[in-house]
Amino acid sequence: MLYFAWVRERIGRDGEVVDPPGNVATVADLIGWLADGSTAHAAAFADRARLRAAVDQVFVPLDAALGSAREVAIFPPVTGG
Amino acid sequence: MIVVGPAPIDVAAQFAALSAAGAGGIATFVGLVRADDGVATLELEHYPGATEAALQRLVDEARERWGLIDARITHRVGAMAPGDVVVFVGTAAAHRAPALEACAFLIDRLKTDAPFWKKETRGAETRWVEPRGSDDAAAARWTV
Repeated sequence: MLYFAWVRERIGRDGEVVDPPGNVATVADLIGWLADGSTAHAAAFADRARLRAAVDQVFVPLDAALGSAREVAIFPPVTGG
Repeated sequence: MIVVGPAPIDVAAQFAALSAAGAGGIATFVGLVRADDGVATLELEHYPGATEAALQRLVDEARERWGLIDARITHRVGAMAPGDVVVFVGTAAAHRAPALEACAFLIDRLKTDAPFWKKETRGAETRWVEPRGSDDAAAARWTV
């Protein structure tokens, strides 16, 4: 897992290695599973409408399947330029 | 060419590199840290690897769509002050229309497709910049 911007700040770390159970099939499932396991994650993920994700460095919607993903990133909407 | 890094952006050097491609027309966009609303520092965070890949996809799409001779995006990350250059986008083409259109495409889509995040400091207060709805609309106009 990788976290950026205020998601990183609220969780208190920029990444971690996780091993979710088999019923975690989508990015949204993964977010829910992480939120259930820690109050910091729950706080960071409280407003799902403000979360964006990338699976193996490609932007995806939160209902995207994880498949055999090796790297999942959760972050706020981007504000570059 | 894509460059993402903390070094200050030398706009003259960027332009000189584009000029070397032998184009008939060059369009550039230079984004600066705004100095008019009390921001003392701007901190740019990004997603290393994914950022460069996203920018390269945009450059590839622009080169293909407008038949560009060259295209460059240089984006600064880390701490910046008002007046500093945040981003340089430049396109070189045979004529003005493709250069201008491709340059607008690149900066519009960069704002919605590339993983950068801005954090502003004003006095003792820091806050993450929220995206603007108008950015989505500007990017959507390039959908084919």
